[in-house]
Amino acid sequence: MHLDLNFIWFILVGILFTGYAMLDGFDLGIGALHLFTNKDEERRVMLNSIGPVWDGNEVWLVTGGGALFAAFPNVYATAFSGFYLALFLLLASLIFRAVAIEFRGKRPEHWWRQMWDVSFAAGSVLSSLLIGVALGNIAWGVPVDADGEFAGTFAGLLKPYPLLVGVTTVALFMTHGAIYGVMKTEGKLHDKLRVWTTRCIIFFVICAVTLTMATLLFVPHLAPRVRENPWLFSVALANMLAIANIPREFQHGRDRRAFLSSCAAIVTLMVLFALNTFPNLIYSLPHPENSLTIYNAASSPKTLRIMLVIACIGIPAVLAYTVSIYWIFRGKVKLDKMSY
Amino acid sequence: MDVLTLSRVQFGATIAFHYIYPPLSIGLGVMLVLMEGLWLKTGKSVYHQMARFWTKVFALTFAMGVATGIVMEFEFGTNWATYSRFVGDVFGSALAAEGIFAFFLESGFLAVLLFGWEKVGRKLHFFSTCMVCLGAHFSAVWIVVANSWMQTPAGYHIVGQGLKARAEITDFWQLVFNPSMVDRLLHTVCGAWCAGAFLVVSISAWYLLKKIHVEFARASLKAGLAVALLASLLQAITGDRNAKGVAKNQPAKLAAFEGLYETRSNAPLTIVGWVDEKNEKTSGIRVPGMLSFLARGDFHAPVTGLKEFKPADRPPVTASFLFFHAMAGLGFGLIGIALLGIWYLRQDTLHERRWLLWMLVLSALGPQIANQLGWFAAEVGRQPWLVYGLMRTPEGLSAVVKANAVLATLVLFTFIYFLLFAVFIYVLNDKIQHGPDDADLIPSGKLALPTRH
Repeated sequence: MHLDLNFIWFILVGILFTGYAMLDGFDLGIGALHLFTNKDEERRVMLNSIGPVWDGNEVWLVTGGGALFAAFPNVYATAFSGFYLALFLLLASLIFRAVAIEFRGKRPEHWWRQMWDVSFAAGSVLSSLLIGVALGNIAWGVPVDADGEFAGTFAGLLKPYPLLVGVTTVALFMTHGAIYGVMKTEGKLHDKLRVWTTRCIIFFVICAVTLTMATLLFVPHLAPRVRENPWLFSVALANMLAIANIPREFQHGRDRRAFLSSCAAIVTLMVLFALNTFPNLIYSLPHPENSLTIYNAASSPKTLRIMLVIACIGIPAVLAYTVSIYWIFRGKVKLDKMSY
Repeated sequence: MDVLTLSRVQFGATIAFHYIYPPLSIGLGVMLVLMEGLWLKTGKSVYHQMARFWTKVFALTFAMGVATGIVMEFEFGTNWATYSRFVGDVFGSALAAEGIFAFFLESGFLAVLLFGWEKVGRKLHFFSTCMVCLGAHFSAVWIVVANSWMQTPAGYHIVGQGLKARAEITDFWQLVFNPSMVDRLLHTVCGAWCAGAFLVVSISAWYLLKKIHVEFARASLKAGLAVALLASLLQAITGDRNAKGVAKNQPAKLAAFEGLYETRSNAPLTIVGWVDEKNEKTSGIRVPGMLSFLARGDFHAPVTGLKEFKPADRPPVTASFLFFHAMAGLGFGLIGIALLGIWYLRQDTLHERRWLLWMLVLSALGPQIANQLGWFAAEVGRQPWLVYGLMRTPEGLSAVVKANAVLATLVLFTFIYFLLFAVFIYVLNDKIQHGPDDADLIPSGKLALPTRH
């Protein structure tokens, strides 16, 4: 492993998808918790806590998709055509999530709001689940033929292990979203969110422990890399500490630190995933020789270099606006007439 | 139906539905910059009220654009995987650049535009509005770069053979400024300005018909008509430049647009007419030599006809002809409507002419239909090629996706999109019925601070 363009692009695509999980993760988590309260005002506060930022957060996924297309077109083509139905379900979920936020507040009728509330919550849960199932399949391995085409079926994607990753993702995003909600709200809703956060943490910890055991027991190709490079175990350790730190900070009422810990948990999970997958992007099972790697699935070096220049120009600007938007909209949510 | 037809219908349907919204975001973005700029400059509160009301309409179109746009980003991979492998090196770069340069800019500042009215000062808010508008235009730039490369590929070479062949970049700037890109971008952006401006014109005219929110409606109508006239005139000029480009780069497409079978000098322009594909003849009202002049700049210059191409290399003639002519006709109609509106507005008799106000109300549909037809013409005229001269449409399909899967998603998305469209119209109508908020005549929060002169 040395620092070449393919490796840099592996990292950059990884950063985009990690950014997506860390940012849109809490939006999807808020969505998953949305129906837990049935007071209109509280639901509005929940929606408006992500109101100014969810759209920008979703852009990380869109740009991640674009970067995958540009840097590793074979992976983009194989994964998206192979996961055809799952991907369209994800798109439908993201669409319902998005329009529900926009449409909900436009009419006062109860049925209208209820309809979009359900669409918002269902869209958020299903999106998180499908994203997790997709990651789980990549970790487990999918059948790929000698032409680099997906050789499985839709039902074949719904194996227990990927489903477990899916449920864990839902739990992780719910925890992440609940803590975000705690930071953005006050009063009764804030107190309710504190209770939900504790339950979400328990749900997530159970999932995480189960997933770790399942990975060690049933996904034999994932562990060797850490065994060969024992220092990589520090990432697993960091991940565990980050997860353990969430309830610790939360109990002491240090919500911001608890949120940063759940961000760190997401980042370290993605790093672990990347460490185990590298250099494959789609691991082929049962024929590992057909795997799509960062070398056999990449664009030409020239394109990777041009794209790197684009990324170097674009990323500082992206970080600048992201930070300023979060700064402008810091603090507790106050409803006003521009709110959803 | 086979996978090819289903995938083409699906791509066409999802892109056509998506394309209702981005032009509105681009055009309304320009209108918002204009209105808020006028407010900052003059301090007149009606401009503040306008900016606030049209921001709400903008937010709605923007949300629909985002929700339907994410499908497009992934659909190349799902249905056109072979195409994606073939062009990823070139085409993927443009999509990624769109994400990095356009979407982040747009969505970041959108938050300030929509929710920041009372959180930031006037100047920072105006700056955010400008950035959202700029982001929307950047998005058009990269998408048109990608699409134009499919029409007139440049700056690439083909590496590998058979299934492993793919296009790789040789010169990035040649790729970006491929022969048709600049003209097509200008034409697309002018179409988007028309879409936004005529929507403002339409809703304002409706208020004048109903005699409600009169002061607001008059000010909005004035701004809307000014941009509408400018954009529709520019649209004719950029259209003419495009025709010359198509004649040079995609002669089969131009011949199909005009239903020209025989290569001839002094080629006529058909104003209205029809194509008889069986006998390979086109009849109708024609202006002799005009096509030669428009395409080549000389009434006697020869224009290539369809017979120069093998039948397998010709685009569908009737469809291209009809889409193209309907688009051009609508375009000239819009110039006429904008001129009439401005004429009577200056005479201050517009509010008495109900027939014209009704025409203005309906005018919002004009650019929408013309934009759709223009893209239909551009894409149908590119057939049978997916990438002009390099890859035929059936060759780009995903190898592993079956017809029943495409049918299932086509049915699902048709249902979802009809539902969304109905809700969009319902909510838009609701906003129009509600009208501008009189409370917006008095800016509050940080906006209330007087600007320094």
